[in-house]
Amino acid sequence: MVKKKIIVCRCEDLTLEDVEKAIDEGYIDLEELRKKLRIGMGPCQGRVCLPIVMKILERKTGKKIPKESLPKARPPIIPVPLGTLASEEK
Amino acid sequence: MIKKTDVVIIGGGVNGCSLAYNLAKRGIDVTLFEKKYLSSGATGACGAGIRQQWSTKENALLAIESVKIFEKLSRELDEDIEFRQGGYLIMVHDEEEMKQAEKNVSMQRSLGLKVDILEPDEINDIVPILDVKGINAVGATFCPSDGHANPFKTTFAYANAARKLGAKLYTHTTVNKIRVKDGTVVGVSTDKGFIKTSVVVNAAGVWSRDIARLTGVKLPNVPFRKEIMATERFKLLFEAMVISFKDGIYFSQQREGQIVGGIPIPGEKSGYKTMPTFAFLQHMAKTLTRYAPVLKHVNMLRHWTGFYDVTPDARPILGETPGIKGFIQCNGFSGHGFMISPMVTKILTEYIVDGRTSDILEKLSLNRFKGKKIDREMSVVG
Ligand SMILES: Cc1cc2nc3c(=O)[nH]c(=O)nc-3n(C[C@H](O)[C@H](O)[C@H](O)COP(=O)(O)OP(=O)(O)OC[C@H]3O[C@@H](n4cnc5c(N)ncnc54)[C@H](O)[C@@H]3O)c2cc1C
Ligand code: FES
Repeated sequence: MVKKKIIVCRCEDLTLEDVEKAIDEGYIDLEELRKKLRIGMGPCQGRVCLPIVMKILERKTGKKIPKESLPKARPPIIPVPLGTLASEEK
Repeated sequence: MIKKTDVVIIGGGVNGCSLAYNLAKRGIDVTLFEKKYLSSGATGACGAGIRQQWSTKENALLAIESVKIFEKLSRELDEDIEFRQGGYLIMVHDEEEMKQAEKNVSMQRSLGLKVDILEPDEINDIVPILDVKGINAVGATFCPSDGHANPFKTTFAYANAARKLGAKLYTHTTVNKIRVKDGTVVGVSTDKGFIKTSVVVNAAGVWSRDIARLTGVKLPNVPFRKEIMATERFKLLFEAMVISFKDGIYFSQQREGQIVGGIPIPGEKSGYKTMPTFAFLQHMAKTLTRYAPVLKHVNMLRHWTGFYDVTPDARPILGETPGIKGFIQCNGFSGHGFMISPMVTKILTEYIVDGRTSDILEKLSLNRFKGKKIDREMSVVG
């Protein structure tokens, strides 16, 4: 398995190697890991990568992460042009 | 958990972690408690800006000295905190604002800061996409050594360096009691147990007033909800942070290419509500595209809320609490607790380790709110 080539977060271009390295450095709190690597801060807000990252973290630490601790997507749920938002203010 | 320590720090934001590092560097046995994860408070919501252009001398000095530390911090901590100096461009919209700007600039220059007053036709040299006429700018002030850094990376770098020096940082651990005997701190209770100590630092951000209340001390701080947003990334168009006190807006393009910025919602009141609002998005989008019309094609991606911990004069509360020996305040940072954290924690370290006080520490003590006239910071945005 070439960990350098396995993309975990495609929005932020992060590989399995990046994620495992950060976990080895001590970022074993899902939130701290996320913030260190910017996981989930791309256009999809982590809908693609967060469940995968959670699995990797669980596998490496041997600890289950409660589903509720996954961060929620924030508005706007899909990207919206600033011009569109601006034209709606009365 | 260990049974005793020299200093307990409550709060794992940038200030708590930086203080833990500075104390550990001086050989102090320090223990930090964070109720959630590191950077989960205001630090994690921060706009990342670092500005030295302030209206009060204390804030300006704290920021100027902090920038000197930021400039060397990545090397000192051996981790890249992504510090960049693209400058801050402060828009001036009318005569009255210009008078205040001139006053600020002359005070800032007296402290040795390099800062200029720009004519309207010089503004686009700094930020080409601004519609100078559309926002009625009659000028601007610009300080090229202002900038930004990554608040998460800064906090984690401090925490990692502190741990290497022997500091103990406990996350997911909540402080719920401070034990005081004969007017002196003797220990701290957490949900994981009791620890003996003679010094406790209240760096709990917007929760600092709850921590103070555990000892019967009343802080004048109030929480103010703030919203902030980030766009998608695109090629770098400008390097400076743009702000306007009149419109309340601030925005910058970060190193990765996204624009991050905020603005107060008209009529917003103090409180703890956290849901982001659509009113903010609309108001921000409208003002931002008025400032830089080309941005109307750019997508807004994310939007989040955080809290300013606001004191009556918009300046922090620092130093020992009158009446309680060993209870140190490090809070009330409003919208600028990240940028001044290096100097704030340096001053507090000197006080805790050497007993050395300073003019700034005296001026920013909790005592100042007792019946005296207060010197309010005017240069506030967001
Ligand atoms: C939207 C927004 C934008 C901002 N933009 C900027 C900017 O551009 N530049 C700038 O300099 N500043 C900015 N700020 C302000 C800056 O983020 C804060 O002043 C700074 O991060 C405060 O750091 P802190 O360490 O003092 O507090 P915090 O980061 O709030 O940390 C306090 C910590 O204490 C913990 N805690 C609370 N109670 C307990 C307890 N009982 N036991 C254990 N732990 C506890 C909390 O969980 C929290 O993690 C902004 C703030 C916001 C909200
Ligand atoms: S894949 Fe990670 S944020 Fe979209």
